[in-house]
Amino acid sequence: MALKGRDIVSIRDLSTDEISEILDHARKMIPVAEGKKPSDALEGRVVATAFFEPSTRTRLSFEAAVQRLGGRCLTIADIGVTSMRKGESLYDTVRMLSSYSDAIVLRHPNEGAARLAADASDRPVINAGDGANQHPTQALLDLMAMQEAFGTLSGLKVVLLGDLKYGRTVHSLSLALAQFGSEMILSAPKALALPEDLRGELDALGAKISEEPELKRAVRDADVVYVTRIQKERFPDEGEYRSVAGSYRVDASVLEGAKPQLIVLHPLPRAGEVDPEIDRTPHAAYFRQAFLAVPVRMALLSSILGPGRGG
Amino acid sequence: MVRELRITPIRNGTVIDHITNGLALDVLRIIGVRELDKDSTVSIALHVRSGKIGWKDIVKVENMELSPRKVNAIALITPSATISIIRDHQVREKRSVDLPEHVTGVVRCPNINCISNQGEPIESDFRVVRRRPVVLRCTYCDRQVTDFLRHLA
Repeated sequence: MALKGRDIVSIRDLSTDEISEILDHARKMIPVAEGKKPSDALEGRVVATAFFEPSTRTRLSFEAAVQRLGGRCLTIADIGVTSMRKGESLYDTVRMLSSYSDAIVLRHPNEGAARLAADASDRPVINAGDGANQHPTQALLDLMAMQEAFGTLSGLKVVLLGDLKYGRTVHSLSLALAQFGSEMILSAPKALALPEDLRGELDALGAKISEEPELKRAVRDADVVYVTRIQKERFPDEGEYRSVAGSYRVDASVLEGAKPQLIVLHPLPRAGEVDPEIDRTPHAAYFRQAFLAVPVRMALLSSILGPGRGG
Repeated sequence: MVRELRITPIRNGTVIDHITNGLALDVLRIIGVRELDKDSTVSIALHVRSGKIGWKDIVKVENMELSPRKVNAIALITPSATISIIRDHQVREKRSVDLPEHVTGVVRCPNINCISNQGEPIESDFRVVRRRPVVLRCTYCDRQVTDFLRHLA
């Protein structure tokens, strides 16, 4: 695959063929991710995980992926312990990190930070979330969860629910779904609608998109409900957040009459958008989705870094 | 007797012609009048008949040749403009403004949370995604911009 040495800043950086190859590769990585099969694909490799914004799953799954493949991590998990606290630019921080590691995984609160890092670094940069912009590796694992459940990524009906304005996972996922020819039903409070730029781009790609603010109606014929948390931290003021907080929730009554094979996905953490009662139903796929982060990131890292010292 | 003040030819400088009617003052803002030599004359003609674009504005600036960056900025707001470089009263060069594929350091990203607005040692950079009308997309945060006048760097 021609991913060796590449930056993954946006889902736009990957073709459908490349995404399919990553997902095929990730499927083969599942026994390694489960600890049932050893691998030294990243032996001798050092991956910097630089997280300037809180993260649980993304950072830990990247680090689990590196370590299961025999590599090592350099971790920044708190901006407070870096020289950025002293005013060092992100540009300089990344230049330094690129001289200490073989690849950089970056999360940052500013949109465009990963593109800047890719320019600053002579090592590959993987975007692990830049503000409200993109989160391409989350989109890959979201796709893998759908593919695992339905055996395909084309022709699915996917409800994108919640904060479509600030939710970076939806921004990446919607572009990928458009590429694979799945249908999207947008269900969001008016104030949290998909950004106009992105909507225009999706329309230009020929994406099949409709809008249905009434959740029960949106879910009726759907294969997937992709639920997002309201991104409280990205709202310019508390009042705007309060006006939409708690405006949607997936519970048993919402799923009454839904297709039996419907799956509920959520990039997590959840903050009340999915009732825990759903956890006990066959619709709940979000914990499996969270696990798939590890094989997907293994596949991506080993493709980008190529064979390690272990071959 | 009414004395008519006419725009006189310039010996050295730049003539920006075929400016979209009403945008001459914005072109002046891009040129940066404060950077001019204090002995230079700036002439502006507003609402002039044009066979090519109906009505147009014209700006003549003495003793100044525009940097490529300023030409790009002019191209963004008035792609119909032509630029003539005058030396010793002769037109030495005449060309249309031409928008490159990337516009660097000319427009600020309207997204205040974009990394290009955070004091990093980088210049703003936009890809031209459409030419008529011009639409730019921030290379960093992907935000589109169409209202350039409000966001000139």
